[in-house]
Amino acid sequence: MKKRIYYFLFLLISVLYTVQSCNYIGDAQSSEEKIPDQVSYNFDIRPIFSDKCFACHGPDANKRQAGLRLDNEESAFKALKENPSGHALVSGKPQLSEVFMRISSKDTSILMPPPSSNLKLNSREIDLIEKWISQGAKYETHWSFTRPKKSPLPKVKDTKWAKNEIDHFILSKMAQKNLEPNKEADKEYLLKRLSLDLTGLPPSIAMMNQFMADKTPGAYEKAVDQLLKSPAYGEKMALHWLDVARYADSHGFQDDSYRSSWPWRDWVINSFNTNLSYDQFITLQLAGDLIPNATKEQILATGFNRNHKITEEGGVVDEEYRVQYVIDRTNTFSKALIGVTLECAQCHDHKYDPFSQKEYYQLYAFFNNVKEVGISSTIGGPETYAKNPMIQISNDEVKNILKFINKQDTNKLIVSVMGDRDTLRKTYILKRGAYDAPGKEVVAGTPKSILAFDNNLPKNRLGLSKWLFDKRNPLTSRVFVNQLWQEIFGRGIVKTAGDMGMQGELPTHPELLDWLAVDFMEHGWDIKRLVKQMVSSATYRQSAVISKDKLKVDPENIFLSRAPRYRIKAELVRDLVLSSSGLLVKTIGGPSVKPYQPSGLWETASSGRGVLRVYRQDHGADLYRRGMYTFVKRTVPPPVMGIFDASNRDQCEIVRLKTNTPLQALIMMNDPTVIEASRVLASKIDVEPLKIQDKVIKAFRLIVCRKPTENEVKILSQYYNDQLVTFKKEQSRADKLLAIGEYPNPEKMNKYSVAAMMQVITALYNLEETITRS
Amino acid sequence: MQKDFLEHGLNSNRRRFLSRLSLGLGSAALGSLLVPDLFSGDSSDSGLAPGIPHFAPKAKRVIYLFQNGAPSQLELFDYKPRLREMMGQDLPSSIRGNQRLTGMTANQTAFPMVGSFANFQQHGESRNWISDLLPYTSKVVDDICVIRSLHTEAINHDPALTFFQTGAQQGNRPSMGSWLSYGLGSENKNLPSFTVLLSRGKGNSQGVYSKLWSSGFLESIHQGVQFSSGDDPVLYLKDPDGMNKYERRKFLDQVSQLNQLSYEQFGDPEISTKIQQYEMAYRMQTAVPEIMDLSKEPDDIIKLYGTDAMTPGTFAANCLLARKLSENGVRFVQLYHQGWDHHGNLPNEIASQAKDVDQASAALITDLKQRGLLDETLVIWGGEFGRTNYSQGKWTADNYGRDHHPRCFSIWMAGGGIKPGISYGETDEFGYNVVKDPVHVHDFQATILNRLGLNHEKLIYKHLGRRYRLTDVSGKVINDILV
Repeated sequence: MKKRIYYFLFLLISVLYTVQSCNYIGDAQSSEEKIPDQVSYNFDIRPIFSDKCFACHGPDANKRQAGLRLDNEESAFKALKENPSGHALVSGKPQLSEVFMRISSKDTSILMPPPSSNLKLNSREIDLIEKWISQGAKYETHWSFTRPKKSPLPKVKDTKWAKNEIDHFILSKMAQKNLEPNKEADKEYLLKRLSLDLTGLPPSIAMMNQFMADKTPGAYEKAVDQLLKSPAYGEKMALHWLDVARYADSHGFQDDSYRSSWPWRDWVINSFNTNLSYDQFITLQLAGDLIPNATKEQILATGFNRNHKITEEGGVVDEEYRVQYVIDRTNTFSKALIGVTLECAQCHDHKYDPFSQKEYYQLYAFFNNVKEVGISSTIGGPETYAKNPMIQISNDEVKNILKFINKQDTNKLIVSVMGDRDTLRKTYILKRGAYDAPGKEVVAGTPKSILAFDNNLPKNRLGLSKWLFDKRNPLTSRVFVNQLWQEIFGRGIVKTAGDMGMQGELPTHPELLDWLAVDFMEHGWDIKRLVKQMVSSATYRQSAVISKDKLKVDPENIFLSRAPRYRIKAELVRDLVLSSSGLLVKTIGGPSVKPYQPSGLWETASSGRGVLRVYRQDHGADLYRRGMYTFVKRTVPPPVMGIFDASNRDQCEIVRLKTNTPLQALIMMNDPTVIEASRVLASKIDVEPLKIQDKVIKAFRLIVCRKPTENEVKILSQYYNDQLVTFKKEQSRADKLLAIGEYPNPEKMNKYSVAAMMQVITALYNLEETITRS
Repeated sequence: MQKDFLEHGLNSNRRRFLSRLSLGLGSAALGSLLVPDLFSGDSSDSGLAPGIPHFAPKAKRVIYLFQNGAPSQLELFDYKPRLREMMGQDLPSSIRGNQRLTGMTANQTAFPMVGSFANFQQHGESRNWISDLLPYTSKVVDDICVIRSLHTEAINHDPALTFFQTGAQQGNRPSMGSWLSYGLGSENKNLPSFTVLLSRGKGNSQGVYSKLWSSGFLESIHQGVQFSSGDDPVLYLKDPDGMNKYERRKFLDQVSQLNQLSYEQFGDPEISTKIQQYEMAYRMQTAVPEIMDLSKEPDDIIKLYGTDAMTPGTFAANCLLARKLSENGVRFVQLYHQGWDHHGNLPNEIASQAKDVDQASAALITDLKQRGLLDETLVIWGGEFGRTNYSQGKWTADNYGRDHHPRCFSIWMAGGGIKPGISYGETDEFGYNVVKDPVHVHDFQATILNRLGLNHEKLIYKHLGRRYRLTDVSGKVINDILV
C-alpha cells in the first residue's frame, strides 16, 4: 500500500516536473513540446540519434551492429547488409524505412533501441524521426563542424533597446518566447557586477561614488575602460585559464610533492593584462619553444602543456606514465581549444563524433615527442620541483626581461616546459588505450571532419597552432567566445562548453555565437575587445530581478530576459572578504601562499614523505593574498575552495558547478578569514566619527556594494545595539572574538563596540547578495 | 522510465530540480536536506521524490574498512602451505606468465617464493582458513564471506586506490560513496550521506588523499565529508571562540531576515535555498558533535572494540564511530587505515598492523549484529591489491618483503545481503593466479551496488557527452555470494 502511494506521488511529481520543464531547451525537451513544422537534422534529429543510436550505429567501426551506420548520410541510405531488399531510411517514406519500423515496433525482439541497452525513445522523439523521414530525411553537417558565418542582424521591434549587435540576437530570440528584457539595472548593482566580472574584486567606495556621480552618457563605458585597465583584470581572466590549464602547485600523484610552475601562471596574468591576442596567447603556450630563436618568455609559455600531473611514486612502469602525460595533453587540447571530447577515441573509434581512434593518435603524435620520461625522480629536494624538459630562470632575467615574474628571493627557480626530441618518437595506435599494446604506426594529423591538416604545415606543435588558427577551422573561435560568454553570463551559449560535439548541448543562440566568433577573428582575436563587447551590451546591463512570470516561462534564463544571478567563484569569495575589509594585499603573482587552513588536513592524508607532508601556514602579508594564489596541493586541495566548487586541478576543467550547500554556510560563519576580516574592518569603522547608522551604512556599502535600505539599516543597527549590550555583559566573549586572526588589533580600542560591529559585519558577509553577482 | 526521470532530474541540476518541485508542490521544504533521501521512500515530511531504487535492496548502508597500502593475502586469508615447502625456489616463469612488475622488483634476477611466517587454522562452522594474526576475525568467521579471487588492473598505489574508489585508474571520477549519495540520497537530514574517517597504522604508509572521496563531475553535495577527531569534527563546523549557541541563533535570524528581504526584491529561488542551507548548517552543528562523542558509550562496547577506541583517531575509535554514523543513517562510511605497504620486514610489520585492526574490525560485525543492523549494513574489509608470493629483495624464513601483486588478493564482506560463513574464489597452490571464480574490481563494485538495490548499468550520469558508471564499461554481479 505504502509503495503504491509513493508511486502515485512519483507520478504526480513527474507530471509537475514535466509541465514545468516545457520551456526549457537543452537536454530536457519534454515529450509534449510541439513538433516543429520543418524538422532539422542538426537541431531535432541528431541529438536523438547521437544519444540513443550512435553507440551501435555510429562512427565506432568495431561496435557497429548489423553494418548499419546512421551518422553518415551515404551509409544510412544504402541497402541493409543483413536484408539487401530493405533500407534503414527511405526518403519521404517512413513506413518503408526500417529505422522507423524498428523504433515504433511493439515487438520487443525487434524494437530499437533494444530494451537491454536501457535506452528508450519517447513518443515525441519517434514522431520527430517519422516527420523528418517524411520530409526527405535530409542530413546536415554537425553545426560546429561547419565554418561560422556572420548572418545579418535579426530585425527587432524595439530598436532603441539594443546597444550593440549582441542585443539584436538576444532580443529576437526573446520575442519568439514573448519575453521582454528587464530594464537596466540600478547603477550600484551594475558597477558591482561589472567590477566582479572584470576584476574579480568589489568596487571601492571611491569608485562607487565616482560612478554614481557621473551622469554623463559615457559614464558606463568609462567604468568599463577603467576596470579593463586594472591589473586585477589579468588576474580575473587568468582564473578561468588556470582551470583550463589544470595549473597546480604540486605534482599530483601519491606523495604529491611541490612543483614550481607559478612563473607560468604569472605569464598568463601578464598576457591578459597586456592583451596578447588569443592566437598569440595560445600559439605561445602550444609551441613557443618551436618558434625560431625562441625567447625565454616564449618557452616559459609552453609550461601550459606540462601542468598535468606527474608521478613520483617509486616502482611505477615508466612508459605507462609517459603515455598518460601525452594523453592528458591531447585531451586538454581537444576539450580546451577545440571543444570536443576526443578522449573517447583513446580506446576505440568515437561513438558519437566522427573521430576515429587513428585520428586520436594522430593528434596525440603532436604531443608525443617531448624529451621526457614517465618518472624522473621520486620526492626529493628543489631539483625535483620541475621535471625535464625544464628551464631555469635567473634573477637577472627576472630583472631585465621577464619582469612580470614575481620572484623575491635568490633561490634557484626551475619550471617544466616543452621541448622536443631531435629524432621523432614513433607513434602507434594504442589498442584499448593501453600503453603496452601498440598497433599500427601513425603520423601527426588532425581530425578530418574538423579540418584536414594542411600538408604544407610542419608536422609539429607549431604546425598544429597554425591549423588551430586557420580561418577555416570551425571550432577555435567559437570555443573561446563561448568560454568567455560563460565567464561573463554564467553559462555558455553552448552550455557544455567543453563539448560542442554531437553529444554536447546545442547552442541556445547559434547565430549569435557564430556572429561573435567571426567578429572575434576579424578583429585580430582581440580579447579585451570581446570582453568589452559583451559587457557593453544591453543584455548584460539588465537588472537581475526575476519576476514570477519569467521564472515560470524561462526558469533557467536561457533567453536572457534578465541578467543572470549567481554565486561568485570560490576564489572571488575570498577576494571579496579581504578586499572589502581592507586586508587584501594586491601583489600580483609569485609563489603560491598558504593562508589559514584547518589543522591536520595535509598531515593525516600524507604518506609522511616530501616537503608537503605538513602544512606550514604563512604569516603576515601572505595571509591576505587573492584566492587564486592559494596553494593547490592536488591530492588535498584547499577545502574552502573545494566546498565552493573550485576545480581540484586534476584535469582540464571548463565548466565549474555552482552549488549552494550548508558547508558553504559553515565557512562563511566560522572561517577565521571571514572573522578576522570582520574584526579588522570593525576596528577601522569603530573609530570613524560617525553615527551608528552611518557606520552600518559604510560597512554595508563596502561589502554589499550598494547603499542599504532604511529597513536594512534598522535591522542591522538594532542588531548592533543588542550586541553592544551583550558584549558588555559577556566581556570574555568579546575578548575571544577579538583574538581571532593574526592581524594585530589597534593598540587602543573599545572592545565592546568593535565586537558588536564585528558581528554586524560577519552578518553582512553571510548575506546571499554579498557573494552573488546580481 | 523511473530512472530516466531520476537521472534527468538529478542531472540537470539537483538544486534547481528541488526548487522546481517545491514550486509545484507549494511551500514544501527545500534545500533543508543535505541530500534528500531518494531511497527509503520516507518522504512524507519533506515533500520530495520518493526513493527509486532499481529493485528491492538488501543493504541500506555501507561501511568500508579500506586497508590502504595492500595487506598481504598470504599472511592473512589465503592459506598456501605449498609455498612454505617451496621456500626460496624461483617462481616458475610459466606461473608468472606475462605479468608486468613494478619498478621495485622488475630488475630482480630471481623471484624466490616465500611461505607465510604466520600459521593458519580453520575456524567456525564454515571451517574457513584464517591466519593466527587475526584471532578476533577468526571468531566472526561465520558472519563473513571471504573472497580470495579479487584481481585488479593497477600495480601501483595511486592508480589502484583510484580504481577501487572510482572504477577508473585515472581521471576525476566520482567516488563509490558519491555514487551512492547520488543514487540513493541521505537517510539523515542532519548528516552528510558520505563520510570519511582516516587513521594511520603502524607499518609503512602510503598516503590517502581527498581526491579519493571526491564527487568528480557529480555535484559537490555528494562529496565525502571528512570527519576528524579534533575539536572541529567537520571542517568549519565549530563556532569561533566567543560565539555561543544562543548568539548563533540570533545571528542566523538577522541573516535570514535580511536574506528574506533580498528574496522579496529579486525573487530568486536560490535565496530561499540559501536560507534553508543556513538552517541545515545550524542543525549540523548540534548533530555532528553528538555523534562524535564516544564518551557515553557503555563499558562493554569499549571493551568489545578494545581500549584503543577511547583514543580518538585510532582505527578502533573510527570503527565505533562508523557504527554510530551508520546507525544514524549515513549511507556510506569510508574508513581508510594506512600502513599495509610491506615491501620489507613484512613479518614484523604485518603482525603489529594486524593487531591494530583485528579486534575492532570483528567488533564492528558483532556490534552491528547485536543491534540487528548487520542485515541492512554491508561491511567490507580489504586493500587495493595483493602482494607477491615471492620476496622483494633478500629473504629469510622470518624476514622478507612482498611487492605489489594485482592478480589475486583477498577481501571480506559481511552483512547487507552477503552470504555469511562462506568463501569464494580460489588461487593456485603458489598463491599467484586465480584458478576459480575470479572477481574483478568492477564485479566487486557491481555487487555492492546490487546489494543497495542499484543496477550498476543503470546508475549513470551523463557528463561531457558520455554516460559514466562506477563500473565503467564492465562488471558483473557475483550472484553466488548473495543471500
